[in-house]
Amino acid sequence: MSERALRIVLPAIVLALVVMAWDLVVRIGALPPYILPGPGLVLSTLISDWEILSGSLAVTLLTTFEGFLLAAIGGIALAVTFNQSRLIEYSLYPYAVILQVTPVVAIAPLLLIYLPQHAAVLACAWIVAFFPVLANTTLGLSSVDHNLAALFQLYGASRAQILWNLKLPAALPHILAGLRIAGGLALIGAVVAEIAAGSAGAGSGLAYRIAESGYRLNIPRMFAALLLLSIAGIVIFFALSAFNHLALRHWHESAVKQER
Amino acid sequence: MYASMAGANSAKTPVVALRGVGKTFANGVVALESLDLNVREGEFVTLLGPSGCGKSTALRIVAGLSEPSRGVVEWPGDAGPRKLGFVFQEPTLMPWADVAANVRLPLKLQGLSEAQSRERVALALDSVGLTSFSGAYPRELSGGMKMRVSIARALVTEPKLLLMDEPFAALDEITRFKLNNDLLALWSALGKTVIFVTHSVFESVYLSQRIVVMTSRPGRVFKELAVDAPFPRDESFRTSADYAGFCRRASEALAGAMSAGGAA
Repeated sequence: MSERALRIVLPAIVLALVVMAWDLVVRIGALPPYILPGPGLVLSTLISDWEILSGSLAVTLLTTFEGFLLAAIGGIALAVTFNQSRLIEYSLYPYAVILQVTPVVAIAPLLLIYLPQHAAVLACAWIVAFFPVLANTTLGLSSVDHNLAALFQLYGASRAQILWNLKLPAALPHILAGLRIAGGLALIGAVVAEIAAGSAGAGSGLAYRIAESGYRLNIPRMFAALLLLSIAGIVIFFALSAFNHLALRHWHESAVKQER
Repeated sequence: MYASMAGANSAKTPVVALRGVGKTFANGVVALESLDLNVREGEFVTLLGPSGCGKSTALRIVAGLSEPSRGVVEWPGDAGPRKLGFVFQEPTLMPWADVAANVRLPLKLQGLSEAQSRERVALALDSVGLTSFSGAYPRELSGGMKMRVSIARALVTEPKLLLMDEPFAALDEITRFKLNNDLLALWSALGKTVIFVTHSVFESVYLSQRIVVMTSRPGRVFKELAVDAPFPRDESFRTSADYAGFCRRASEALAGAMSAGGAA
């Protein structure tokens, strides 16, 4: 079997085995659904509650997307600013790190006090997601081939020309790697903020559905919502990977198939 | 006749002249000490020396990529540091851009549009025989082809002076010989002035009219050798007794330079 087929078939077999084991445990133990619902019940809940869940999914996805977009723009813009001005970099970089290392779960309740709900959730998604974009872009912008840089200097390139024609293209693989991480993190940030907000009694995202279902002991719906979140994460990851591949397919080793 | 051509060369005004150029790096290493060099118009001159003798540093100073700590670089003619092409030891291509875009870069940086530069890019690619590869990406090319792209890029601004920093050092011998021949053909066809840096005695003799042998630590001119063998040179020159004779003299000069410089 080809390498590619194995990469799909083997995880699929593992998934099938885990689902079967899960089903068996529920059946043999005769577990009630409020302890552990079987996979069949989770699936049927997903279908029967689709109206509520899909609306919540849309809310969470929109927040994630907005957070991701802001993180991408903010991370890249900040990295470019840092690259152009050492003084600004020295002044602000430590705070970017502090923002990153402080657990967002702990920041979320504070943000919810000072910001409207949607803005607070968005801010959480942004805080978690922007740092990998910033760090990767900073690395990419400063890892330019020094001979190429000398060549640009030789032909009298302006700072703007160096940025657009040399530094940003050279940094692209790093930027895309940062974005790929940021996509997943934006979802995590959105979920964390929704959970925090949900316990304050407001919100309608998927994470809020999980918290709410938990209070109501509606365990099948918790699983169904969790399943949707996982799928959303997977889709985001693959979408960004595909984008990465499309953008780099001509020139970067990571995206080029080797013929041997 | 060719000896007299070299004589005629020496009568011309220099394109660029280095007067007492010295370079001391921030860490205290003296890369160059009082280097004097006249490069005349149309001349093919090689800087030959062991690794670390400052020959690359000298080339970067001529290019304006590095400031001399002492001395001056004079441009008596109308060339000036902006009218030169530079070929690095590595091809130094932008991996994200295709061959045509790489060659177009110097024109783009001068503010010329794609339409305005199309003809000159095509001409430069033609001069290195890569016309059919204009849409290829660097990673699809062999080492020799990448170096040709790099040379085409250096030629596209039609510079008077071409600076080449060990451009063929990383290539295999067959490719290197081929590119040596192509470079000589380009040189005689386009009438450029070339300053070529190498640590290969054989390459320096094959290519140049004049070899400047440098000592290392600190770098300075040890000896100048005229290679007054006729052009065009080809494989028959490479196997001739004349060639062997020049190589022996250049090797002896290099050995002398190395013992004088104290480098191993």
